Amino acid sequence: MLEVRDLVVRYGPVVAVDGVSLSVPKGPAGFGLVGESGSGKTTIGRAIVKLVEPESGSIELDGLDVLGARGGDLKRYRKGVQIIFQDPDSTLDPRMRVRGAITEVLRAHGAVPRAGEAARVTELLEQVGLQADHADRLPHQLSGGQRQRVSIARALAVEPELLVLDEPTSALDVTVQARVLELIARLREERSLAYLLISHNLAVVEQLCEQVAVLYLGRIVEQGAAALVLSQPAHPYSRALRAAVPELSEQLPRPATTRADPPDPASPPSGCPFHPRCPLAIDRCRQEEPQLREVAGRMAACHRAEDAVRGQSEASDQRS
Amino acid sequence: MTAVAAPAPGRAGALTFVRRNPTLTAGVVLLVLIGLVAVLAPWLAPHPEDAGTATHPFQVLRPPSHSHPFGTDLVGRDLLTRVMYGARLSLRIVIEVLLLAGLIGIPLGLVAAYAGGAVDQVIMRITDVFLAFPALLLSLAISFVLTPSVGNMTIAIAVTWWPWYTRLVRGEAASVITRPYVESAQTLGVSHTRVLFRHVLPNSMTPVIVQMSLDAGGILLTAASISFLGLGAQDPTPEWGLMVSQGAQYFSTQWWFVTFAGLAILLTAIAFNLIGDGVRELLDPRRVITR
Amino acid sequence: MKLEVRDLGVWFADRRVVEVDSLELDRGETLGLVGETGSGKSMTAYAIAGLAPGMGARVEGSVQLDGRELTTLSQGAWRDIRGRRIAMIFQAPISSLNPVFRTGDVFTRALQLHGASKAEARTRAAEAMRSVSLSPDLLRRYPHQLSGGQAQRIAIAQAIALRAEVLIADEPTSALDVTVQAEILEQLQKLRTEEGIATLFISHDLAVVSGLCDRVAIMRDGRIVERGPVRETLTSPQHAYTRELLAAVPRLGEAGNAHA
Repeated sequence: MLEVRDLVVRYGPVVAVDGVSLSVPKGPAGFGLVGESGSGKTTIGRAIVKLVEPESGSIELDGLDVLGARGGDLKRYRKGVQIIFQDPDSTLDPRMRVRGAITEVLRAHGAVPRAGEAARVTELLEQVGLQADHADRLPHQLSGGQRQRVSIARALAVEPELLVLDEPTSALDVTVQARVLELIARLREERSLAYLLISHNLAVVEQLCEQVAVLYLGRIVEQGAAALVLSQPAHPYSRALRAAVPELSEQLPRPATTRADPPDPASPPSGCPFHPRCPLAIDRCRQEEPQLREVAGRMAACHRAEDAVRGQSEASDQRS
Repeated sequence: MTAVAAPAPGRAGALTFVRRNPTLTAGVVLLVLIGLVAVLAPWLAPHPEDAGTATHPFQVLRPPSHSHPFGTDLVGRDLLTRVMYGARLSLRIVIEVLLLAGLIGIPLGLVAAYAGGAVDQVIMRITDVFLAFPALLLSLAISFVLTPSVGNMTIAIAVTWWPWYTRLVRGEAASVITRPYVESAQTLGVSHTRVLFRHVLPNSMTPVIVQMSLDAGGILLTAASISFLGLGAQDPTPEWGLMVSQGAQYFSTQWWFVTFAGLAILLTAIAFNLIGDGVRELLDPRRVITR
Repeated sequence: MKLEVRDLGVWFADRRVVEVDSLELDRGETLGLVGETGSGKSMTAYAIAGLAPGMGARVEGSVQLDGRELTTLSQGAWRDIRGRRIAMIFQAPISSLNPVFRTGDVFTRALQLHGASKAEARTRAAEAMRSVSLSPDLLRRYPHQLSGGQAQRIAIAQAIALRAEVLIADEPTSALDVTVQAEILEQLQKLRTEEGIATLFISHDLAVVSGLCDRVAIMRDGRIVERGPVRETLTSPQHAYTRELLAAVPRLGEAGNAHA
């Protein structure tokens, strides 16, 4: 449904997204974009909703060219694809009541006649687990979780096919987060929704996505079925990421990167961007940038992916 | 987002407000008194005709007395009346200048911030040009060219004043435009016009409001200065600055001519300044808020 | 070394944000203070560090370091304690550094304030940097030239160099990438094993706390609702809220995660 090909986005001298291709199928579907700061995952999301203009590459929704869309096509696209931002505090206009925020969207697309607006607002609020009387509140009268639900309700007002979720729960308390994630899962089933979930939290992505792509310095380093990639990562960076996730145990996560500094996006390392921090790096890694290729049932961009996977399975054999 | 210590409803709330915002309250009280005088002048003034073309050759330059508490001027007009009518005029001028300067400056600043690029550059350079001129001189020149009158003076002052608001609004709007709620509205398909006027404008107004309340006093003094120099209000208009000008040469012997008009300017300017400071204190986001 | 908190109350005007009956920290221990937004965990830490009045809050109750009452100390007396006996690190390390000074200048100045000579200060700073696996050359940089992870390590190095007995860490890794967090957590653990520094670790992340801390105290609405050794509290939580928190932590690799 959504096809991104060779997307390149530049912010001045920094290449935030360096040739990313991915495709999100028709709903119900969940595609996760995983990475840390500087990975480019947020930029990809913003490029998809046309908040930032790519330098090159293409984005297509059911064949419609998104980057060149204007006028009527653009309006149709805005109905088809919506974004939920990370920070619930600044996502809603502080001077507008909930009702106004949702009605504004309905009117922008002529979705509902004036007479039916109030009913639709109530309907949307109830769908996201809020009550009708929340409509008359101002953002500061709502909790963070409630504000996030309002932005979801607002995005649903246009009946989108694809939702870009940019760290939708990262700024929320963990108990609230759990409920918002439940909401997203439920909406996915009820509306056959597809979403691109951008997150640094592997567990959240595993919970909600079938496919995942791991990003490092603007490139996809591993991509495949979420269950596989997140449990048995092939790329050393994915492995480091997974190893670093703290778990409810008495052991601390083990850092699996070397002691090098994180990369400077303005001057990325030669060859493989991860090589300065990679425990498996060899000469070839410094000279030649690895391309995505099939390894153990998923795509990975690493010269030593097979060794990495073997190391993983050796370690898990030892543990069991 | 600025959080404000909002007063609780009811009498207890009003008292708390006064206690927490003494400057603003003092300014408002003073201005309200002056405003009442201005509004009720036709009924309060002892000799309303003296605000117009009446002259009384036999009462020229009389000192303050029972029938003329502020004395009379050089054609015998009651100065109390003229000072009261002067309040109407001064307040009107301040409001008109602020409105006019705002109507020009604010939209320009908004458009500059939203459109960016060449449009932004052009608007800001024009703004810079206007700001490069000393304001008083420029408004004097414009008044002169347009033939001196209250109306033309108002226009002249507004013309020198709008650039400040453009700059302020552009700065604030540029920051508001990057906020997620504006981006959300854009991605939700809301039209640019609506985003600009419904989201960007209201959230960019705070510094402008503060600035306007601080400017009110300055506008008053500018108008008085221009009239003092003869390039603003013309006789028989009862404008305070004009009265000071007319009375200046008589200061040593007939002190009342200048003094009351001068005091009126002083008090009103103080009232505006107190309000301006009070508004700025009120809207200062760094004020420690005890919720 | 013993830090004892009794009947601590912190107030903002007439609103009470902290109501901690008791809290103790012994030498070399790591205590995790866990809670969500508004739980009062950060304010508790600020109150212990004597920073609450500066934020407009009123503090009641008792905080004693080896028998010495801290809540009634003057600012002058605090200057001796801060850094030297109680060190603090914050969530956004780069913004808690003065941008116009080189990092090293502030570092050595802090050491000198507590009695070292200039040369001594430089040596101790360099030693401390090495024990957090950073090159002392980094001290010549300005804060904006450092990454979040480096800045946080330098903050830890300062606590080491000052030979603080207690380190109060307020969400020190929440703003960092997870791979960097792993390194900082390792660093904090070393503080306990190699330097014997007691740590009060504030966090919303139960998983991090479970790995790093010996004991944990769960806070909600200003009160401690459950406390105890990490293992016990996590395997057999007594309070409903603790159970709620545990259930809400998204876990990797759980069977329930994969969907049809």
